[in-house]
Order: sequence, then C-alpha cells, then structure tokens
Amino acid sequence: MGNPMKIRARAEGDVVEVKVLMAHVMETGQRKNQAGELIPAWFIQRVEATYGDRVVLSAQWGPAISANPFMSFKFKGGAKGEKVRIAWFDSKGDTRTDEVIIA
Amino acid sequence: MEYPRRHFFIKAAGVIAAFAAAGWIDPTLADSVEWNKRAFDVKTLDELVGLLGGEPASISEAIHFDAPDIAENGAVVPLAIVSAIPGTESIAILVEKNPNVLAAMFTLPEGTLPEIQARVKMAETCNVYALVRAGGRSFYTAKEIKVTLGGCGG
Repeated sequence: MGNPMKIRARAEGDVVEVKVLMAHVMETGQRKNQAGELIPAWFIQRVEATYGDRVVLSAQWGPAISANPFMSFKFKGGAKGEKVRIAWFDSKGDTRTDEVIIA
Repeated sequence: MEYPRRHFFIKAAGVIAAFAAAGWIDPTLADSVEWNKRAFDVKTLDELVGLLGGEPASISEAIHFDAPDIAENGAVVPLAIVSAIPGTESIAILVEKNPNVLAAMFTLPEGTLPEIQARVKMAETCNVYALVRAGGRSFYTAKEIKVTLGGCGG
C-alpha cells in the first residue's frame, strides 16, 4: 500500500491550495536491469482528491509522471480545519489514501 | 481439519475490516473509473483530440505554460499550467517524443481552479503541450524543452 503521502493544504481567502508529494517508483516499463531484462511498468494510474463528499480533482496518469510524484492544485470553498483526502491507484492494483487538515 | 481454515478466513476478514477502519482501504473510493488506456496509447496531440471528440485543437494564448527552457534532468521536469479559458474542464500534458505521448490528464470539477502543477519525465528534447478542454473544444499551447540527460533511458 505504499508509503504515506506528504500533503499540505493552505486556505487563502476562499481558495485552498493543495500540494501533494507521493512515494511511488513510477517505473516506465522502458528501463532494463543489469541483466538486460526489461523492468515491468509500475505506475500510479489514477488520483482522486476529495473535500468531504465533493471530488475536487481527478487525474489519470501515465508512466511519464516523475518518480515520487508531486502535484498541486487549487479549489474554492474549502474551510480551515476541514480535511482534504487524496487517494491514488496504481497499475498493480495497489492503492493508498491519506488526508490532511486545511491550515 | 476444517477448523483452522475457517479460523484463518475469519481472521483475514477481521484484518481487512481493521484496515478499512484505519482509512487504509477506503470503501467510498472504490476503483470504479477505468484507466483510459486508449488515451495513453496515442502517438500525437491530434490523435488524442480525435479520441476526446470535437474539432481539432486550436492554439491559444490564454493558456499560461510555465516550464524550464532547459531541463538538466529529464527524469524530473517541473511544469505549471494556468488556463484563462472560461469553462476549463480538463488540462492534459503531452510530451511529443516520449514513448507514451500523454503524460497526464487532470479533470477539474466545478469549483476547482484551472491551475495545475506536476513533474514529468522527458526522453529527449521536444515540444511539450498543455491541452485544455472547455465546452467540448480543445485548445493548446506548446513549449520546446531542451533535455540534457534523458529521463526514460536505461
């Protein structure tokens, strides 16, 4: 289920800025190991961010997203003290969910 | 002989329930949306726009695309995209000469600002596109990024 994400969410007026750093190898499937064999692809395919019941971002990723992916986005209507939740789903069926309180 | 097995299953169910309670497995975020393999298999921007539907993409000055001119490390190229196109519904990032051209597609629900930052891998020097969908139409802007060290090699 992977290591925890680092998430920061900061409210500035009506807008919440969310920054996420995920821990994932994001293997492309193009690289070879020392024996010359292809290392199978293994990457995050979907990301979903929710605020309460509301989806505030959904994304689909390919293997070209950098290892240990960083992303940031902004949404309106989030309040300090409430939670933002981020979930990812990878190409091996693994998933991880973390949440953070909006500061 | 049956007792140990049954005991195992009951134990396993308990462990899964404990994971769910701890928030590690979230039943509300079930894997209902499929990964769009066809989109990630496209070889060009036009092909992706064709797949998404509507007219061919038009170039737009209303997309602000912040990216380095030279990426010393093609494994980590930071990109920031801000769309000023009204009704922006999604932002996609495409890297022209990568094995898979589409790197990411972000869907922005109502209330989410059309501003995205992400980091991508680049195999070699080429154009990177920011593709915006708004009202069933496609808009893009391109920027050439020079790569000193490829991010997809062995």
